[in-house]
Amino acid sequence: MIRVENIFKKFDDLEVLKDISVNFEVGRTNLIIGKSGAGKTVLLKILIGLIHPTSGKVFYDQTDFYALNKKETRELRMEVGMLFQGSALFDSLTVEENIRFPLDMFTKMTAKEKSDRVNYCLERVNLEGVNNRYPSEVSGGMQKRVGIARAIVMQPKYLFCDEPNSGLDPKTSILIDKLIQEITRENNITTIINTHDMNSVMEIGEKIVLLKDGILAWEGSSKEVLQSESGVIQDFIFASPFLQKLKDMAIK
Amino acid sequence: MLLGQTMTGPIKRSAYYREIVRHMHDIGIGSLIIVALISLFIGAVTAVQFAYQLGGTLIPRYYIGYIVRDMTIIELAPTITCLVLAGKVGSNIASEIGGMRQKEHIDAMEIMGVNTASYLILPRIIAGLTMIPLLVFMAAFISIIGAFIASVPVGLFSADEYIKGLGMFYDPYNVFMMFVKSVVFAFIVITIPAYQGYFVKGGSIELGKASTAAVVFSNIFILLSDYFIAVVLTA
Repeated sequence: MIRVENIFKKFDDLEVLKDISVNFEVGRTNLIIGKSGAGKTVLLKILIGLIHPTSGKVFYDQTDFYALNKKETRELRMEVGMLFQGSALFDSLTVEENIRFPLDMFTKMTAKEKSDRVNYCLERVNLEGVNNRYPSEVSGGMQKRVGIARAIVMQPKYLFCDEPNSGLDPKTSILIDKLIQEITRENNITTIINTHDMNSVMEIGEKIVLLKDGILAWEGSSKEVLQSESGVIQDFIFASPFLQKLKDMAIK
Repeated sequence: MLLGQTMTGPIKRSAYYREIVRHMHDIGIGSLIIVALISLFIGAVTAVQFAYQLGGTLIPRYYIGYIVRDMTIIELAPTITCLVLAGKVGSNIASEIGGMRQKEHIDAMEIMGVNTASYLILPRIIAGLTMIPLLVFMAAFISIIGAFIASVPVGLFSADEYIKGLGMFYDPYNVFMMFVKSVVFAFIVITIPAYQGYFVKGGSIELGKASTAAVVFSNIFILLSDYFIAVVLTA
């Protein structure tokens, strides 16, 4: 579980996050949603320590993340996997070398053990036979899956995904969403996804946190979204007439 | 601060070996042709111009060999080679690390728990400190050959005169000075661009600016340190 307590973040005079407190639950896909500029990327970066909060605390289970020293932070980060919006695969390394990278850096596994682990992860994300290709030689959807494989190779306890569906077609987006949800359940990890993809919200939103202007505006699950009378969630989720019609049909 | 973080030892040394070898190849082998070409012409031009300046004077022709040797070893080989490397290697380092910053590769490594300053910069420093002095040594050697090739066949002076000059007043301390300069310049050529790339913010325009700044600052620091090393080592 990841717990956020009274997070504030200011950039000069601009207050981006205002008193955010929320629990992200273990074994579930937790979604941070909100319009562009709502503060969701900043919150995600604060959760993983790429940006420090102005005040407030982040707890990984019982560990106060911002009270750790550098060495302890690095140790904790070995339990963290992250899928980046642009996949962030290293161009000069092959798919296999990308996935193996954390194993090379931090484990004493033999070459055979590493190779087995890489192949298992590739198999898990339904990608086989691409070990020796470079990231530029595979499609965007495949790159995302390689990114997921790299994120899970160290068997993380916490998985962060920044816009996992950006730039993907709807069908591939659903595959990626399902894959993340399955991996979360199988390994009982705390997964936090930053998205504004409405399919993801409805399909895998086991816990949804809606940010608006830096404030936690709504909390609930995808089931509760449909029933919610909250103007904020209506305004965001069912912004388009098409989705509004779908919602009306679902309620009927 | 960045340098302190860089010098914090690697978590796993074996992970650094491959990077060191890769950068040694990029810096050393990758710069061989340009360094050889420039050195050849520096030696050639130095010899031709000194032959011209000494023309009609009472100074013996074999002095040209002595002048070419010492100018090359003390000043031209380390300084010109490293100014060229600041452009070639320095801009490459700034744009490679800067590109990694922009494409979130550095963030990805940080989240994995990698000490990115150390992993990205330390292998480059080790590779640079190893390969650049070797390139400078090679540059000095090729310059001396370049002077011979450009002058002896066209009759500016004889081979015997040149070789006699090369052997005159030889002081090994000058070679020591060349290596001191090359080590200091190598450190500048690697660290300044690495700093510029590591802290780049924004898009491709900022990356271009960082790359340019890397080359400009490296050149300025090379020239400044050249002066201070000359003052200190010749005092």
